[in-house]
Amino acid sequence: MAGSQWELPPELCCRPMAFVALTGLDVVYNAVHRAIWDAFCANRRADRVPISFKVLPGDHEYPKCRTKRTSYEWYIPKGILKTGWMNKHLNLVPALVVLFYELDWDDPQWKEKQSECATKVEIVRTSLQGRNTKVAVVLIQKKTPLPPGEDLVASERAQALCHSCDLSGKSLFVLPHTDHLVGYIIRLENAFYEHAQTYYYTEIRRVKSHKEFLNKTTHQLLFVRHQFKIAFFSELKQDTQNALKYYRTAYSLVHELRAHETNMLEIKTMAGFINYKICRLCFQHNTPLDAIAQFRKHIDLCKKKIGSAELAFEHSAWMSKQFQSFGELFDEAIKLGLTAIQTQNPGFYYQQAACYSQDRKQLALQLCQEVSNYITYKTHYPSPDPLDTQGAGLDFYGQRPWRQGQQSIDPPDAEKEKTGILALQIKERDVPHSELIIALLSNAVAQFKKYKCPRMKSHLMVQMGEEYYHAKDYTKALKLLDYVMCDYRTERWWGLLTAILTTALRCAYLMASIKDYVIYCMELLGRASTLKEEQKSRIEKNLIKVLTNEVPDAEPECDPSSVSAARSLWNDRMALAGSNELTIEVQDYIPFIQCKAKFQSPSFHVDQPVQLQVFLRADCPHPVSFGKLAVSLSNQEYNQWCVAEWSGQEAMSLLPGKTTCYNFSFVAKTEDVGKKIEMTGIEVMLGGDSGRCVFVSWRGAGGDAASAHEALQASRCSRRWGRNIEARQELDWDSLTMQHSTMIISRVPKISVQLSHQPPALTNEMYCIKLTVQSQEEAMAKDVKLTAGLKPGQDANLGQTTHVTLDGSKVCDDSAPSLLPDVPLGELKPGEKLEKCVYVKCVSTGPRVFLFHVAYSIDTTVEGRQIMCKCHKFEPLDRVSVDIPFLLMTDILSSSPWPLLLTSSSLQLLTVTSNTPQLQSQLQEVVLQTGECASECFCLRCPPQTNINNTVATGQYLLSWRRNSSSPDSPLIQTIVSLPHVVLEMVPLYIHADLPSFGRVRESLPVRYHIENRTALVQEVEMAVEPSDAFMFSGLKQVRLRILPSSEQEMLYNYYPLMAGYQTLPQLNISLPRCPTFSTQALKRFLPQRIFVKPQGRQLDDASIAAA
Amino acid sequence: MAVCIAVIAKENYPLYIRSVPTQNELKFHYTVHTSLDVVEEKISAVGKALGDQRELYLGLLYPTEDYKVYGYVTNSKVKFVIVVDSSNTSLRDNEIRSMFRKLHNSFTDVMCNPFHNPGDTIQSKAFDGIVSGMMVQTA
Repeated sequence: MAGSQWELPPELCCRPMAFVALTGLDVVYNAVHRAIWDAFCANRRADRVPISFKVLPGDHEYPKCRTKRTSYEWYIPKGILKTGWMNKHLNLVPALVVLFYELDWDDPQWKEKQSECATKVEIVRTSLQGRNTKVAVVLIQKKTPLPPGEDLVASERAQALCHSCDLSGKSLFVLPHTDHLVGYIIRLENAFYEHAQTYYYTEIRRVKSHKEFLNKTTHQLLFVRHQFKIAFFSELKQDTQNALKYYRTAYSLVHELRAHETNMLEIKTMAGFINYKICRLCFQHNTPLDAIAQFRKHIDLCKKKIGSAELAFEHSAWMSKQFQSFGELFDEAIKLGLTAIQTQNPGFYYQQAACYSQDRKQLALQLCQEVSNYITYKTHYPSPDPLDTQGAGLDFYGQRPWRQGQQSIDPPDAEKEKTGILALQIKERDVPHSELIIALLSNAVAQFKKYKCPRMKSHLMVQMGEEYYHAKDYTKALKLLDYVMCDYRTERWWGLLTAILTTALRCAYLMASIKDYVIYCMELLGRASTLKEEQKSRIEKNLIKVLTNEVPDAEPECDPSSVSAARSLWNDRMALAGSNELTIEVQDYIPFIQCKAKFQSPSFHVDQPVQLQVFLRADCPHPVSFGKLAVSLSNQEYNQWCVAEWSGQEAMSLLPGKTTCYNFSFVAKTEDVGKKIEMTGIEVMLGGDSGRCVFVSWRGAGGDAASAHEALQASRCSRRWGRNIEARQELDWDSLTMQHSTMIISRVPKISVQLSHQPPALTNEMYCIKLTVQSQEEAMAKDVKLTAGLKPGQDANLGQTTHVTLDGSKVCDDSAPSLLPDVPLGELKPGEKLEKCVYVKCVSTGPRVFLFHVAYSIDTTVEGRQIMCKCHKFEPLDRVSVDIPFLLMTDILSSSPWPLLLTSSSLQLLTVTSNTPQLQSQLQEVVLQTGECASECFCLRCPPQTNINNTVATGQYLLSWRRNSSSPDSPLIQTIVSLPHVVLEMVPLYIHADLPSFGRVRESLPVRYHIENRTALVQEVEMAVEPSDAFMFSGLKQVRLRILPSSEQEMLYNYYPLMAGYQTLPQLNISLPRCPTFSTQALKRFLPQRIFVKPQGRQLDDASIAAA
Repeated sequence: MAVCIAVIAKENYPLYIRSVPTQNELKFHYTVHTSLDVVEEKISAVGKALGDQRELYLGLLYPTEDYKVYGYVTNSKVKFVIVVDSSNTSLRDNEIRSMFRKLHNSFTDVMCNPFHNPGDTIQSKAFDGIVSGMMVQTA
């Protein structure tokens, strides 16, 4: 993998876990041992202790321990951290070696086995010479052990074994190979973990103890190294808090080191490692803000530490890696539950990493360019390879292979230094920078997508596209650029759009993709492009070349080698015959030709020619000529009329910035009457037969991605009004509106249809509507037909209650239809008049819309027209009546606007009988004007033997009438009104009052109440008179009395009115204790409620009257 | 002092962008354009809480390695963006605020011009002058 020099070592990035070696297990051939090993490895979930196990043979050679230094006095360190150190403590030097040995307490050969075990322990010990690694023994036993203390043999032999192996009792374990293996294993590993903890603790102590020997001048590197080691051991001990503390100290110590050009890389490498550890631990401790702060500090400190200028790309590579690894840490933390926000998410770090990678690429290009020149006249890659370390790798992190371990300020060998740098530069040249950048960018894109940053995403995709362009992967570049282009177009960021289009155009050129090339040219020439005139001019010339089947000139700033490749591609394309036609949908672009079209009017009569205009305007710097302009319409038969073609004499060309208008007209077909004609598209053919044809096509009536907004701006613009007044010759392009459809409507009929009638129509009346048809045609109107009647589509009931007939001599019956279709009226000469009466009978009230449709044919053109009229009816009112003797009053209100003549009226009674022997109509020959009212009054009585508590129908009221204006022989219309049903009820007590018709203030007003018992029982009556403000009174205020059956009691009161006007009489409360259902309310109906009190009379000599 | 000042229409297209002439103009266009993501997010978040008592100044939108981007939104959703060099630590929040206020006042004057069609790019010399006064002077 390229760039691996900058990858963080895996031992740095992993989570350090205590290393425990298991020996004496034969996991290949021994099933029991295999099961034990599996129990250790399988299912290492988070709840198990963090240990990494490894099976090693009993005689495994552990890394040798160097002899401990007793004094640092003459020691000069060669570097900060050895490259093997972390791996050594993670994977090579165990914290604990466990010896597995099969031995039961009651083994017959106990003695021999005991000594064999001791030997094995000894072998392990020897190979660990000088290390503090602990040794433990596990006895694999077949029998389940007894509880401790009960097996005397066992404890005795255990002691002996410990003694012979020189082990403490805590380091000897028993593993019975029974059912509960996993349980035993978990207990075992917990014990191992404790031992490992102790080991790492002592290691930390050991490293710390070195400190007193160090001095600040020569051992600066060791301060960093030791702090790092302590921190790392703390991590192995799972003491992350302290680890973080030591790493932080180490970090500040790193920056205290004397930095110069030769050790800059080493310092940065170590700072990067330590920073990585700190950030990682901060995220682990769920303090992301600390991590971010540390990272920012780290970047600020290191940003300027570029180191050797010839290798400046290394710094950028390192910076990029810093950002990338922080982004990865951040992302990992998010996967574990951290929440990021829009302005603080891993995307920013990936983006910055990409940014530094781009810097790296730039620097590499610059610096290695010099190398390339250098190489041409000197040797190639230096030999011997200064970067070769004989396969051993570096001793210390971040050092130069050609001067390892040297810490002096000046390089010892200038020549070596030079070749080393040269070798690095040559290597850098082969790094696939674009690949790295694209990978980082796509990481960033994924993040920004997640955190709702669509514009940032687009921006990064543009960068990706550009990077693909640099990497010469033009297909991918175009795909990305094309994808984001529309975002910038819809947001109207023309500057950015132009920049993207320019790159896209280069891609299209280098790929020789004709269609893309033409599209991008068109848009770069258009009004949205911010290119300068001369650029546009160059592009337009290229476009014309493509149209005439020539090879366009290369785009500027293209790689020369790619250009020559592209040229041959273009030549191939041009040579290829056929497929010379190209259609480009420009609706969603902003092409350099603008198009707007409109029908002159939103509707045309079928006998007028349909006119439409197409406006074209070119935004490019030079005139463009085109071969053909065609409008396609929804009815394709008209398309032939809407084509403008280059005929040879006059070229069709568009001048820059000028609007050109093309007019078309055609005659619509009669089948299209009532239909819409729409423009479905407009096509302009660029180029011609000789070369390549490009059809630029707009959907609908033209317009492109930007024109909607421009039209809106134009409509807002106040200056426009001024322009209109000036009546300028030139059309204002922006305020041109498109009219993409028109309606074909029927010919205007030249015939007058008049209706004369006297609305409203009355119910049941034979209502006459007179129709006058007069022809104004210049020719004979043939086949005139009348359709008259209720307009269809109204309330369904109206159809059944409306009857239309042509016969007005008699009242028509219900069989007459509501609509008379197609009544033939013969022919109409020019100017001839025709009259026709139509009679309408409506059975119910309500507005009705009538349809009168006159159709005639003339020169195969058909017309019609509609007229509406309404019909009304008068409405009778009725009242409620009660039993005993009661009055029936009928009020007849004429709501007809015409005088009505009432000829007679009569009552047809059912249950009730008339009080008067003979009922005579009081309304004979009465004429009612509009709004007038005629009343009749009948006194009726309900016979006593009828069933009580029942509703009874009173009967019907018959009325004969006609319009006063109509002739005496016209039929009389009978209206029957059903009288309301009344509820009959029986009253036990009947009361009526005798009182004068009016009172006068301060004059006595005698009132006599008659109370009648209507039952067959003696009724006890309680009466009370409530006081009233308006009256004083004398008489019994409260009384209880008895009334015999069918007899009557009289009560006399003298009221004395105090106020004038309508006054409420004092209320009489009557209750029957024997008959609780009876209420005062029922009686109140019989009693007068109010009386009119006149004011006191004045004397004649009153001054005021005299004055009047 | 600013290195780039931009006025963005309600519909998010640029009404005015000026950057320090010597530097990469396109890069600033991208910076301003991408900052609209944060502006939009902030507006929608505020819109939910308190409709009318909105603070126009949006503060630091996002920090990049090299620049700090500040935002401001008028009540008619016209956005102002000011980009400041990250190394320029002398500028306090208050100064940025006052720059925005000045910009807003000048913008209001532009809008009051009866010959200016709202939604068109700003071509006012007075506005240009105010902006120039706020930009880093590169003599």
